Amino acid sequence: MELLSQMMQLLFSGLTLGAIYALIAVGFVVIYNVTGILNFAQGEFAMLGALTCISLVNNNVPLWLAIILSIVIVAAIGGIFERTALHTARKSSVTTLIIITIGVSIVLRGAAILIWGTQVQTLPPFTDNTPITILDAVLLPQNIWAVGISIVILILMMYFFNYTFVGKSLTACVVNPFAARLMGINPEKMSLFAVIVSAGVGALAGTVIAPISGATYDMGMMLGIKAFVAAVIGGLTNAPAAIAGAFLIGILEAFTEGLWSSGLKDVVTFTFLLLILFVKPEGLFAKASGKRV
Amino acid sequence: MLKVTDLHTHHGYLHVLNGINFELSEGELLAIVGSNGAGKSTLLGTLAGVYRPSSGSIEYKGKDITKQNVQKMVSSGICLVPERRQIFSSLSVKDNLMLGAYHRYRRDHKKVHDEYEEVLELFPRLKTMLNRPGGLLSGGEQQMLAIGRGLMANPKVLMLDEPSLGLAPLIVKDIMQILRKLCDERGATIILVEQNVKAALKVADRGCVLAHGQIVISGTSQELLNDPKVQEAYFGKMEAAKV
Repeated sequence: MELLSQMMQLLFSGLTLGAIYALIAVGFVVIYNVTGILNFAQGEFAMLGALTCISLVNNNVPLWLAIILSIVIVAAIGGIFERTALHTARKSSVTTLIIITIGVSIVLRGAAILIWGTQVQTLPPFTDNTPITILDAVLLPQNIWAVGISIVILILMMYFFNYTFVGKSLTACVVNPFAARLMGINPEKMSLFAVIVSAGVGALAGTVIAPISGATYDMGMMLGIKAFVAAVIGGLTNAPAAIAGAFLIGILEAFTEGLWSSGLKDVVTFTFLLLILFVKPEGLFAKASGKRV
Repeated sequence: MLKVTDLHTHHGYLHVLNGINFELSEGELLAIVGSNGAGKSTLLGTLAGVYRPSSGSIEYKGKDITKQNVQKMVSSGICLVPERRQIFSSLSVKDNLMLGAYHRYRRDHKKVHDEYEEVLELFPRLKTMLNRPGGLLSGGEQQMLAIGRGLMANPKVLMLDEPSLGLAPLIVKDIMQILRKLCDERGATIILVEQNVKAALKVADRGCVLAHGQIVISGTSQELLNDPKVQEAYFGKMEAAKV
């Protein structure tokens, strides 16, 4: 029984981590699909979301409002980032644009040190955090929030991309940017939209994880890299696969941490990434694809 | 309706279009033929606003539209059905068609749905596969989808870049007849770019031969079909005797 409860415990924390990675990974995939850019500032959106939310709560803004406001603020920052850093350089090569995103992530981290300092800050849990016991494993309500919110957001995003006209036109930009342009779809508008959505979702991920692991100026980097690993596992272009990849990474990390050593969890994750890149670089869930000419 | 005057387009250092002049009247089907690299696709791309011309002018209904970008061209009613069809392969047939009406979807919601039905009447085959991803269609079906998607933009001038590419002769014939029907029954104005010279000239009202970025021969389709130079260049001597 001891072993089972331990396994459940690890599974729960893995799912929580996975849910957070999934939100950020979807942002990666959306931006990559629409613009062809790997946005390495993606994790910083989570950091900004978490820290903004904490500041708002410290200034007596109710928690729910603080979460919404921080999402809006970070989405706006994402929009400014796209217009100033990416849009103005849109004629440059993709490599240049990717390096720009790395630059922006450093700037955002630097700004965060100036505003919030280097101390770990905490956000109160969304609701009363009395642990719940399931099969002898202890589960915190915040973990349920994290998983639940992620699932709801991910379902909403799937719905948006597959069933709404705007979502479909975004997908069209992804599938065939040239044809999309010929239909009068403006890819630059779509790129702005993609970054805003990804930033907002990233911010939400940050506010969800802040009560669990705290928030610091440099939390974005690891979150971003892990989400990137998840996206690569999913083949970078496929959002559902990236989500599956995110949960896989989350669970893998939790089990490594619990059964082996917490110092080794990153090692295991990145070894896994390298394995994927060597063995199945098109992503773990890639289907054979072809194009009719 | 459309008047192109001394149009020049460069791709980098390459001078692709070298002074194109032609006029197109309403309800006309104009075929532009020529060999590989003659500049046919660049001409359509320039008219569609994909490429910026380096000089010259494009006039549409008396208005200068030379500098318009693609989005503006589509809203003005000039729509390009690109080479190799370029359909949205992971989206369903229905979504592909609806996205054709992107520029007016929000304004004319209802009209778009009516026209969607009309387009399906034109391509009854598509009706049986509305939910299938576009990428799973056969080449001919994809071409019909691409033309249907172009029609959904409600264009005044529809331009098609090599619709016969890679298709079986029977399907080419079907598609050419549909284009003719569009002109005759709906008063569409069409520019058809083709390497399949015979098929194109058979349905077109007028034709132009493009070579090295210039229109070298133009006239009615019949004149072109009978032109010894066209016969020799495109049909070969043996074929020429048959036409």
